[in-house]
Amino acid sequence: MSERCALAVIGGGPAGLATATTAAELGVQVELFDEQSAPGGQIYRAIENADTEHQAILGQDYARGAALAQSFRASAAGYRSDSDVWAVTPERQIGVISFGSADIVDAQFIVIATGSMERALPFPGWTLPGVMTAGAGQVLLKQEGMVPDDTLIGGGVVLAGSGPLLLLVASQYLHAGVAIQALLDMTPRAGYLQALPHLPLALIADGYIGKGRALKAELRRADVPIISGVTNISANGDDRITSVEYDIGSQRQTLDTGLLMVHFGVVPNGHLAAALGVEEIWDRRQLCWRPSTDAWGGTNIDGVAIAGDCGGIAGARAAEYSGRLAAFQAACSLGLIDAEERDRLAAPVRQALKRDIRVRPFLEALFTPPASLMDNAVDDTVICRCEEVTAGRLREAVSLGCQGPNQVKAFTRAGMGPCQGRQCGAAVSHIVAAARGVEVELVGRFRVRPPVKPITLGALATLDVD
Amino acid sequence: MFKRLREGPTVTVTIDDVEAAVPEGASVAAAILLKNLGHCRTTPVSGEPRAPYCMMGVCFECLMEIDGEDNRQACLVTVEEGMKIRRQEGASGLKP
Repeated sequence: MSERCALAVIGGGPAGLATATTAAELGVQVELFDEQSAPGGQIYRAIENADTEHQAILGQDYARGAALAQSFRASAAGYRSDSDVWAVTPERQIGVISFGSADIVDAQFIVIATGSMERALPFPGWTLPGVMTAGAGQVLLKQEGMVPDDTLIGGGVVLAGSGPLLLLVASQYLHAGVAIQALLDMTPRAGYLQALPHLPLALIADGYIGKGRALKAELRRADVPIISGVTNISANGDDRITSVEYDIGSQRQTLDTGLLMVHFGVVPNGHLAAALGVEEIWDRRQLCWRPSTDAWGGTNIDGVAIAGDCGGIAGARAAEYSGRLAAFQAACSLGLIDAEERDRLAAPVRQALKRDIRVRPFLEALFTPPASLMDNAVDDTVICRCEEVTAGRLREAVSLGCQGPNQVKAFTRAGMGPCQGRQCGAAVSHIVAAARGVEVELVGRFRVRPPVKPITLGALATLDVD
Repeated sequence: MFKRLREGPTVTVTIDDVEAAVPEGASVAAAILLKNLGHCRTTPVSGEPRAPYCMMGVCFECLMEIDGEDNRQACLVTVEEGMKIRRQEGASGLKP
């Protein structure tokens, strides 16, 4: 039987929790769907179970999630944990599967808050066991209290890449007593110059620059070797990583390790929105696609809004603010408040949002990898992890006349595996664009179609359709 | 490759028919990493080993057979007492 709700929120991170809580406070009947078993999203993952000792390792910013989860639990919003949303239609029907059983939910208004994911930047050996993302390391720390075991990893964990999260993970590992062999800082030197003009604005944002400096100082005090100016990393090994190689200047260096954690910033996790047909634009500063939205997160699909990092990377606090804005609009559109009330409620939130995102131009200029990193992968580097398609085969397809990622997909199977192009999509677009000598926005991106999550025929068969 | 900061309650599962005590509340993918099992599947294309990569449901590297069902995202499934976990070797087949 199909169910109904006034507002469906998809995603239980800061944006989704803020949307659902705010809307419920305004009297909207809300259901929140999330694939995890507890609220918090990735950033505040397992926040409800974190005791003070654990919070001390993870830091103050993590602790902020506790209040968010608490007010969500206390609100009248309905909560469907462990629920995979595998489709959303323009008629605002939501296909959801939970514990093996499928449902279709009709919603009057939908807020998609599926957050962000780490940017996939292919390099030789990145598919080897023992290579994972820094975000994955953080998930293991938050959820399971797991950290790298020095006795099992020759030489200790190596962190590589660039971005605030990499520093944060390093600091959290320090607090947890993990020996870090090295932090390979791949922030392009040009980034510092490009970022400089944005520094004054960033300094008056809410304390972010100070935090970044404190993190770096902490790592230096602890004698974590931070190696700057690193390029061209590769992971070596047979059935698992045994060493990482990198260039520093013109010299090739090697570190023995059984665990390499990489991070190259985050990008919108926009797969569900893309499958629904939400219009996207290419963001040159963030080097990713993001949904085209209005001031309330509204999209080209009637009654569907985007909140949080899924709409463009702005961070966890900004996600809360944009979630509240989306909730005001939802409440207004559902007739619970008028436009005047909506605008009155929104004014202070917009102020806070504006203040908070002042740091973004600086971070984007500093940490966004240069486009060349995305498109000049050597020919034998695997780009599509699922179908094991190399950069060379993508270029070959272009030389045969493929104009865009979707043609390349048909020729090579790149993007056709279980992840549906979530990992390789951006790199494929970059490589095709570079091989053709045109801009990424011109070649476009993989078309995404539902189901966006694996769903069994057995689960589909539990659907009671009229 | 990993260790727990603090010991806590465990549940007993089987991984490829071998009994293993794994942390209560952990994801299956985390349990595989904690047991230092190397890989969780081999690829259908070349048979190379793969292990959990993103731990948040977007890379699909941790696909495993869990309680008889193939292609489960092991990072999104919480371990349960008696759960039967198998590494997925190559392409999954149709089950009788």
